[in-house]
Amino acid sequence: MHAYRFLGYMSPMAHDHDHDEGSSLSEMDLRVRALETILVEKGYVETGALDRIVELYETKIGPHIGAQVIAKAWCDPGFRQSLLDDASKAVATIAEQVGPVGEHLVAVENGPEVHNMIVCTLCSCYPTDVLGLPPTWYKSFAYRSRVVKDPRGVLADFGVTLPAETEVRVWDSTAETRYVVVPMRPTGTESWSEEQLARLITRDSMVGTGLPKKPSEVA
Amino acid sequence: MDGVHDMGGMDGFGKVEPEPNEPVFHEPWEGRVLAMSRAIGVFRPWTIDTSRYAIESLPPAIYLTRPYYAKWFLRNQGLLLERGLIDADEIDAGHARRAGKDFGRGPFTLDDVAKVTKRGSFARPAQAPAGFKIGDPVRTRNIHPKTHTRLPSYARGHVGVVERLHGTHAFPDSTATGKGDDPQWLYTVRFDAQELWGADADPKLKVSIEAFEPYLEHV
Repeated sequence: MHAYRFLGYMSPMAHDHDHDEGSSLSEMDLRVRALETILVEKGYVETGALDRIVELYETKIGPHIGAQVIAKAWCDPGFRQSLLDDASKAVATIAEQVGPVGEHLVAVENGPEVHNMIVCTLCSCYPTDVLGLPPTWYKSFAYRSRVVKDPRGVLADFGVTLPAETEVRVWDSTAETRYVVVPMRPTGTESWSEEQLARLITRDSMVGTGLPKKPSEVA
Repeated sequence: MDGVHDMGGMDGFGKVEPEPNEPVFHEPWEGRVLAMSRAIGVFRPWTIDTSRYAIESLPPAIYLTRPYYAKWFLRNQGLLLERGLIDADEIDAGHARRAGKDFGRGPFTLDDVAKVTKRGSFARPAQAPAGFKIGDPVRTRNIHPKTHTRLPSYARGHVGVVERLHGTHAFPDSTATGKGDDPQWLYTVRFDAQELWGADADPKLKVSIEAFEPYLEHV
């Protein structure tokens, strides 16, 4: 666990202060470079195509996509219903804006009665088409082990407290279905445009470990 | 397999520690590992569940201490070696010693990127009518396969309700070990937390898994 957590908090300078971890990380760097060299030399992959994949996940495929989808659902009751009926189909209708979507995406809606949370206890399944690659905490043993048993405790780690009467519903992504949470629209945003609303919608609010920002936080 | 990866409900992993403004990759090698994993996928050398099974098969001490993408690297290199796409002497040399395996196509190029950044398709034609319908009470089987399964330990031998039906999908327990798709109906099965965790569990918590038909029996 130490190595896992340490990685998440490491800056490049940290190499100088932790020799064990530093050497294992440079060893990883060397081993990964060697494997890439072999794959290129054997004619399996082109370096530029690998560069492009990294660039896509760093700049294009991320939670801003989900935020656009949710903001549209908040503004357009017809789109909201089609999203809840078949999220893959609904998101595909706005693919020009948000990019391609995979099959079996399922949107689950929060309300005063129920709060949804997403996990993959067995590995790290995540709705990458709308949220990009998962953050380290989503893949962490702490989250994967605990959220199916003590989700309110996990929410407390995120600074979120729900009313005791709110039902918590946890969706364990144990197959190729992928879940995304539709959070509740904050009050006081009735006149907001989709673009404005999208700024309230955080990644964590679409996984269920957070709530949307308050209007005053982005105004 | 009853491995350490199957951690839903385990205690002792501590608090969830979100990292503010977390980068997509903490080290450049992580991005390269992810890109290589995706790129190799274009050759379809193994299934996604073979990949998961390979990570689950890492020694527990490695699984629990190595960073996420280091495990991906070990998985990639291990499967590439096992399937003869690369050879051990090439790893030792850090260079190719012979031409790559012929997959009847050229290398992974920029034109292939879109194929591997979209989630794969796992829906398959039904082989039989669905054995359960929405609303049915079901019991998950108490099974302990020695190989890959997507039925988490915490949800075995418990009574829940079928909430959603997702069509028929390639069956991970079969595809992971190269036994073909063996398509199976896929259901969302919902449990009360007290059924899973006992009388002291949160009475306002429900947890669901995605369950393939062979995981279920009528109550």
